[in-house]
Parts: sequence; C-alpha cells; structure tokens
Amino acid sequence: MIRKVRSHPSQNEALLFERSSPGKRAWQLPELDVPAVDASVALGAANVRAEIPGFPEVSEVEAIRHFTRLSTWNYAIDHGMYPLGSCTMKYNPRINELVARIEGLAWAHPYQPEALAQGAMEVMARLEAALAEITGMDAVTLQPSAGAQGELTGILLIRALLEQRGNPRRKILIPDSAHGTNPATAAIAGYVVENVKSTGAGVLDLEALARAVDPDVAALMVTNPNTLGVFEENIVQAAEILHSKGALLYMDGANMNALVGIARPGDFGVDVMHLNLHKTFSTPHGGGGPGAGPVAVKKALEPFLPTPRLKRVRGKWAYDFKRKRSIGRVRAFYGNFGVLVRALAYILAHGGPGLRNATVDAVLNAVYIRKQLEPYFDLPYPAPNMHEVVFSDERQARLGVRTGDLAKRLIDYGFHPYTVSFPLIVHGALMIEPTETEGKLELDQFIDAMISIAKEVETDPELVKQAPHSTRTSRVDEVAAARKPVLRWKPA
Amino acid sequence: MRYLPKSDSERRQMLDACGVESAEDLFAHLPEAVRLRRPLDLAPGISEYEIVDYFRARAAENANGYASFLGAGVYRHYRPVLVDTVVSRGEFLTSYTPYQAEISQGTLTTIFEFQTMICQLTGMEVANASMYDGSTAVPEAAMMAARITGRHRALAARSVHPEYREVLRTYALHQGMPVEEFGYAKDSGAIDLEDLERKIDSETAAVIVQSPNFFGAIDDVKAAAEIAHRRGALLVVVFTEAVSLGILEPPADADIVAGELQSFAISPSYGGPYAGIIATREKFVRQIPGRLVGQTVDTRGNRAFCLTLSTREQHIRREKATSNICTNQALIALMANVFMTVYGKVGLRELALQNAAKAHYLAGKLKPAFTGKFFNEFVARCGNPEAVNKALLKKKIIGGLPLGRFYPELADSMLVCATEMTRRADMDELSEALRAPAAEEVLA
Amino acid sequence: MYPENFRYTKEHEWVLMEGGIGTIGITDHAQQELGDIVYVDLPKPGTRVEQGRSMGSVESVKAVSDIYSPVSGEVAEINPALADAPEKLNEDPHGAAWLVKIKLSAPGELPDLMSAADYQAYIGAEK
Repeated sequence: MIRKVRSHPSQNEALLFERSSPGKRAWQLPELDVPAVDASVALGAANVRAEIPGFPEVSEVEAIRHFTRLSTWNYAIDHGMYPLGSCTMKYNPRINELVARIEGLAWAHPYQPEALAQGAMEVMARLEAALAEITGMDAVTLQPSAGAQGELTGILLIRALLEQRGNPRRKILIPDSAHGTNPATAAIAGYVVENVKSTGAGVLDLEALARAVDPDVAALMVTNPNTLGVFEENIVQAAEILHSKGALLYMDGANMNALVGIARPGDFGVDVMHLNLHKTFSTPHGGGGPGAGPVAVKKALEPFLPTPRLKRVRGKWAYDFKRKRSIGRVRAFYGNFGVLVRALAYILAHGGPGLRNATVDAVLNAVYIRKQLEPYFDLPYPAPNMHEVVFSDERQARLGVRTGDLAKRLIDYGFHPYTVSFPLIVHGALMIEPTETEGKLELDQFIDAMISIAKEVETDPELVKQAPHSTRTSRVDEVAAARKPVLRWKPA
Repeated sequence: MRYLPKSDSERRQMLDACGVESAEDLFAHLPEAVRLRRPLDLAPGISEYEIVDYFRARAAENANGYASFLGAGVYRHYRPVLVDTVVSRGEFLTSYTPYQAEISQGTLTTIFEFQTMICQLTGMEVANASMYDGSTAVPEAAMMAARITGRHRALAARSVHPEYREVLRTYALHQGMPVEEFGYAKDSGAIDLEDLERKIDSETAAVIVQSPNFFGAIDDVKAAAEIAHRRGALLVVVFTEAVSLGILEPPADADIVAGELQSFAISPSYGGPYAGIIATREKFVRQIPGRLVGQTVDTRGNRAFCLTLSTREQHIRREKATSNICTNQALIALMANVFMTVYGKVGLRELALQNAAKAHYLAGKLKPAFTGKFFNEFVARCGNPEAVNKALLKKKIIGGLPLGRFYPELADSMLVCATEMTRRADMDELSEALRAPAAEEVLA
Repeated sequence: MYPENFRYTKEHEWVLMEGGIGTIGITDHAQQELGDIVYVDLPKPGTRVEQGRSMGSVESVKAVSDIYSPVSGEVAEINPALADAPEKLNEDPHGAAWLVKIKLSAPGELPDLMSAADYQAYIGAEK
C-alpha cells in the first residue's frame, strides 16, 4: 500500500527556444552615463558578431514559469529522503544560503587587497582549523573544487613527498570495492593502479595487502568505513604495513558521516585524506554541483600543499605565495569560497557535541533500516554496519527482478532510489544511506515501501519490472540516447 | 538540535528495534585504538541569529561599499533578481545529480538548454554540462587535445590568465605533457605570431590562446588557428569574460573552447564556486570530459532527457576515464541559464555594448599600454600602481590589478576593468588618481 | 550456436583463419553480457596489434569492455557497418558484425585458442 504519495497534475513546459519569439524581453538596462560606442569602430568591424542565432527571447513571466514548471519535475531532499549510499544526502540548512549571500562575502573579489579581505581569510582559517580538529590531521587546504579534485591533490601530495625522498614509485593500490574516481584519479596523477581484494567479510585483506606492498607502491587509497558501510577494523595494521615499506595511506573521506566525533582518521594512521563538503557538511548538491573537496594532511605533507597558504603576519591574515615545494595550484584563486561559507555555518550551528550527535543518529538510522529489511533482502556481508548498509538483489533476482527494477519501483512509493549496482563486489547491490536528518516516520515509510516491493516481486514481478508507473516521465531509452547522441536543440 | 528530527522516545523505540541498550553500543565493534575518547575541540552549537552575526562581522572586515576596477578573470556584473529566485527553489537547490531520469527532468532539461546556449554562444557544435571553472577547463581541454592528436605537448600564450597557466602546469606535469609558452606583441598586446611559429612543432597537441586575453585585448584567433592547423595541432580558445561573447565574434576556428561563465550572474564570492565550460566539434564528442545530457524518449513516446555517453566517465571506465571529474557545477550553471534567459539574444548584446562604452570612456582618459582593440578591460600605464591604489583606497575605490606580480615587464601598469556597473564618477576619480604626481614620479 | 571453424579466447573473442588473414569478433555470450551495444571503438587500418593486448572496446550504456586481439599482426580491414549501426553486434555477432580483419604475423599462435566445444564448456563453467 502506497501511503506517501498521491498523483497531482504537473505542468507541461517546452524548451526555452520553443517559447521564444523576436521582440519579447525580460531585461532593461539603465541609460548610459557615458557616450555610447559604435561597435565596429571600438572593437574592429571584423570582431563584431552577428546576433546569436537561436538564443532565447522570452518575457520575465515566461522565464519564471519556465523554470518553476521544470523544477516541479524534480525530486529533492526538501521533498523526502534520498537513501543514496555514500552520497550523504542530508538536509541543506537554509541559514547557509543566507550567509553565503551577505554582500561583503558574495561580492568579494579574489584580488582585492589583503587588508580588505580579512573577513574572507578569517572564514577560511576558521574552517581549516575546524576540519583539522575533526579529522585529527595537521594541516588543511581548501583549494580543491570537489571530491575528485581533492583526491587528485592528495595523490599529487604523496608523489611530491616520495619524490623528495628519492623515488615517487609507480603503483597505487585500490580495494576492489572503491568508487570509480579513485582509479581514474590515480591514472591522471601518472600512477598505475593495482587492485587489492577484500576478505570474505568485505574488509581489507591484510595478507593480500602485505603481499601487494612492494617498493614500487606509493600508497593505498582506502574509504573508511568502506563502501559496504563497514569499518575497516584492520586499518591501524594496514597503515603500519604501508609505513614500514615507505608507502602512505590515503583515505577517501566520502563516508566521514560515520566518523565525525567518534574516530579521527589522523589517529588511525591516515597520512592524507579529502573531505566532501557537499556530503558530510551539508552544502547543497544543486542537481550535481558545486561541491568542495578540502584535503587534510599530516605534517610531513604540509610543505607540498597547494599555493597560496594563509599565514599570520603582525596580527593579520596574509597569503604565502613563496612555497618552493608546493605542488602548485589545482585551480585559480583560493577554492569554492561560497561553499566553504556554507560548511562553516553548518559546523557553527552544530558545534562539537552537535556534530557527534549527528553521527550517532546517522548510524542509528542505518542500523534500524538494516534490522527491518534483513528478513526480506539478502545481506551478503553480515559485519556490523555504520551509516550505510548494502543488500544484494540475490533473492529477487531468482524471480527475474534486479536491483535496478526495485529501485525504479521505489519511485512509485515516493522516494528517490538508493544507489544501484555499487559497490561492484556485491552482485546486484542496494546501497542505502539515510543520513541523520531523517525522522522515524520517513524511515518507517521507506521500510514499509521496501517490504511492500519485496512482496510485489513474488506476487506481481512485472509491476516492479515496468516501474515507475506514476511519474510524468517513464523509463527513458538510454540506448537510443547513446547510439545517436542529440546533445543540443536545433531549429527545425 | 534543530536539524535532527527524532524525539528521545523515537530514538528509544529505534534502539529497542535494533536490540541495543544505548546508541553508544552501535559503535562498540570499533577497535578501541581508533576511538576518539574526548569531545571535539570545537565551540558548542550556536543559534541562527548568532550565525548571521558572525558572518556579517566577517563581511564587514572585507571591502564594503567600495567601487572596484578589478577584472582579471572575475567580473562585477549585475545579477538579475530572477537568478536567486530560481536557484533557491528547493527542487533545484536540494536535488541530486540526475541519474534517475524519471524524477530529474527539471535538472536534465535545464542542462540540455544550457548545452544548447553554450553552443550558440561559442559557435561550437557540442558542449558539456559544465566544468568546475575556467581554470580547470584549460588542462582538461589540453588533455583532450592530446588524446585526439596522439601528441603530448601544450603551447600556451603568455596572455592566457596567469593562474590558469599555473593550473595547466600542475595537471600537465603528471600527464607527461611539457608546457611551453609563447609571448605577446609589445605594441598591440595580442599574441606574437612569430614566436608561435618558432615554438610550435610536430609534437604540439594544443595551442592555447585566450580572447579577450588577460590584458583585455581581442586576440587574433584566426591567425593562431591557421598556424596550429597547418602544423597538425588543435586550437584551444579560452575566455574569462563571457559577456564579451554578446558582441564579439565567437571563436569558430577553435577546435575546443574552454571558458569561464562567472560573468553570467555568478557572484564573485572571493574566487568560487564558478562554472567552466568545454565546447567542441561534434567529431570530438567522445573525448569530451564531464557530464553530457542527451535527448531521447520515454516508454510512452514523450520527449525526455538523460545523462548519456557515460562510458567516458570515471564511474564506469575507472582508470581509462577521460577525466576523474564527478561533479559538474549544476546549480551554478543554472544561474548562468537564468541570466542568459533574462538577457536573451538582444539583451546580452546591449549589455556587452554598455560594457564596451564604459571601458572605452575610461581608456580615453588614461594611457592604455597596448594599441590593440579591447572589450571591457585594458592595461593602463601609471608609474607606480601600488601608490596609486593606496591613494584610491582613501576614496573607497579599489583600483586596477597591479601587473608586476604576474608580468615583471609591466610593473608600471595596472589592469583596469569597467562594466555596466561602473559609474562615471568613479572612472573620473580613477583617471585623476592615475594622472596625479604620485603616479607620474616613477614614470619620469 | 558456436561455429566449429572459429577459435575462441577466454576474453570471449572469436577468430576465423583464412589464409594469412584472421577475422575477429566477439561471441554471442559477450554481447549478451554487455547488453544493448551503443558504440564500437576499433583500431585504424594499418595499426599493429599484439596477441593478448587491447585493440579497442565495445560499449553498452553502462559498461565498457576491451577487445583483446587473439593474434598478432596488422589491421587490414575494419567492419564499416558498425559505426552507424552498433546494434548489429547484438543481432549477428558471429556473422555480419565481425570487427576487424588482421594480417597475421605469426600463424603459429593459433593452438593457444579454444575450440567451439571447449568454449561452450568454458562459458558453462563460468555460470
């Protein structure tokens, strides 16, 4: 029985270009207070373009209706839970949006004199300090634009340190449960990737690791808890193995939501890690970005951090550009400052005890879901889970229904799907992470929905395989989209 | 805590359902050695009011109520009110990446429109759903050129934004991609074509130029294209001031366009978040990094959109991916969408013309260092830019960017920008300051 | 189902020897595992290929699979039909949707490959 949603007509809406007609406008500029220029004279006749063919011409009302109508076709956190594993889709506090728009912060130019940027620099320094305390590391860079860029920065830091020690080495070890950005990043940094198998319990196999760590290995990239939501119980020993051979431990911080206030990566042997502010620290996903991927390091790696870094000079903040051993810049300016403001607001709102409470609730929610769904879905790795839980579609697959179908049917129940088919070490994975900002009612409705779907698989599998039924758009033809890509609108 | 929606009794019920006595039991399985057994050394949580207070105080410590002549890759343009109205909608702000097409058609449709408008703006045939920013779009374009040509060297003009070139070096170093630079003509500020001819060789994958370039000069993209193509290299054209495309001829001779959209209603926000773009020719589409949205149909035959050509991306191809990028800048790109919708075909041209008018008025009163045509930025000679700026600050004006930090040979000059937001009175003040004795002293 | 005159690899390619030319494709089992094929990336004619090394790839919506060359030699011809109609690979993987023709450099490599019967047993065991 579906309790959470009920149908309602949604507006249709054409593309902007299909609504345009010449002469419609949504803009008005003030009169010039200086003489107008003749474009051909000022810019050179050959440099002046004809009008932009096909660019929209609509009125303000049509513009508002266009975007509002489109927005109603989206699901969002503001509607309900996203059980997406390793995405940490928690509530995006609205106070964050307000403070990020305060004029002195929103209009600050990155090149304005340091004396007139002290507020922005203080915000960044405060956030660096807070993230260092949370992760148990010695220094933090806020420059990377997102998790993937943070990872790249981390690996480049490792390379720089090892180069200084005489040999950058050739290989990076990655568990077979890792997220796809990990091997892609290693390759971009010029390393060769080698997979390390997990044990039957889904955690790092210390023996396999010990065998794999040879003088050619620069680092192991690990996620902790891993992508099964299970804490890597051997992490301290793994770090010791790596360090004894002169290699380093990199941690992907995607699952920090299980650790804040409970355990600190710096305390269990991690040398360098990245954080995802758009996951653990509540900055909005916005349909796919922006994010921010700060990197936290132990002291040994500090000299190599991207330039510039903040320093105190005579009681004021200043930038240090003279960093001979820095890996350079990974992007222009200082980082996604607007995202950093939001993350700091989140930290200030929670405070130390609040952050820990959030972690406890995140884990409680995930364990609760596990307990309720265990009777209905196969749980391939029975170790205690933390903030997320991974089932497999084994039972349902015997009846011809796969994880992707179950996920689509969940949409009819009023939820966004969980993460489908990942991690790869679980066949037909269902990866579920509720986060701490879900209440008991939402969780119970999710659990009811999943149980109901499990029953539907037995009584009416086609209903599940053809889902979703209630959305304005049904399953799309991804094959046609890939075979004959149409990536822009063109006039008829 | 106001973001945690469980009452104590609900927590109790859930703990019972989990078969544990207290929430601490949920962490009992962790090795003791890893446990943090003290509270985090962070102040307790504060109220909304105190949070606003904190950030208002920080904002007050920045420049407030100053006029500014800074450009250099980040531009002050008016942000139409519709932009924040639209992006503040929870359905856009708090939604996820549109992997589930059935419930993400809002986001997917706006991205498809975005890809279309970027093509229209740049004269290219296909564009992706945005990159982190302009500075990272450049190395991505260079790596794309390397994949396409099978060559491995990059040749960048010195008149490309200095920080963009720094980023290129950081990335290129680990791709086995040597980066060389070629110079600019001392009189016009445009690229030195002879230097380009000398330095390009059979291993050059990409020639990278910017137009308008860092000095604000409209550069000779056609001539650069001719040389690059004659030698079998691809031409990457970079832009940092998107408004310029409202009036300037787009770089149709480019093979790849890498640009920054900050000018399109994206707050300067002390350096980010911004949105970059990569646009290119249809034949290179499978080498393009980042997300792509394509048109298709659903099972009922309705037009629909979905992410496509995903096999280029990290989550599938893993170490053979075209890039390691996961995020695009969806919400920021949406701001640009709304901006382009509000101004549209005619408005963007008028806006660009106003920018040109303001900057050319200012240039008439100063000593432009270069003779070439420019859009809304130019280099002004002024003797001692730091002294000039110090005097201007007393009038609550932030002057242009002293160029000595990036170009020692231009230490006597500053990079000055005027946009539609720049007031005549402030331009008059600026030109007074640049003519003042403090400035003239060092010139003599 | 699996032609007797083909030889098969563990990576699910087939090769048909005719004189000094080996025609190569992927097996029916492979196309089933991949699902709807959207794109085929083949080496240019004239490219040297080596036994066991990747020479291209086959893409479905959600996966990419390398094509490993079962023989060493030079690419003589590639199948022109697949650029516009990659779905042929799902329809007729053993016939009209051959991938490349290689001019062999070492005909002696053949014994390493499986017969049709061995391949059927191999994929039976894989399941």
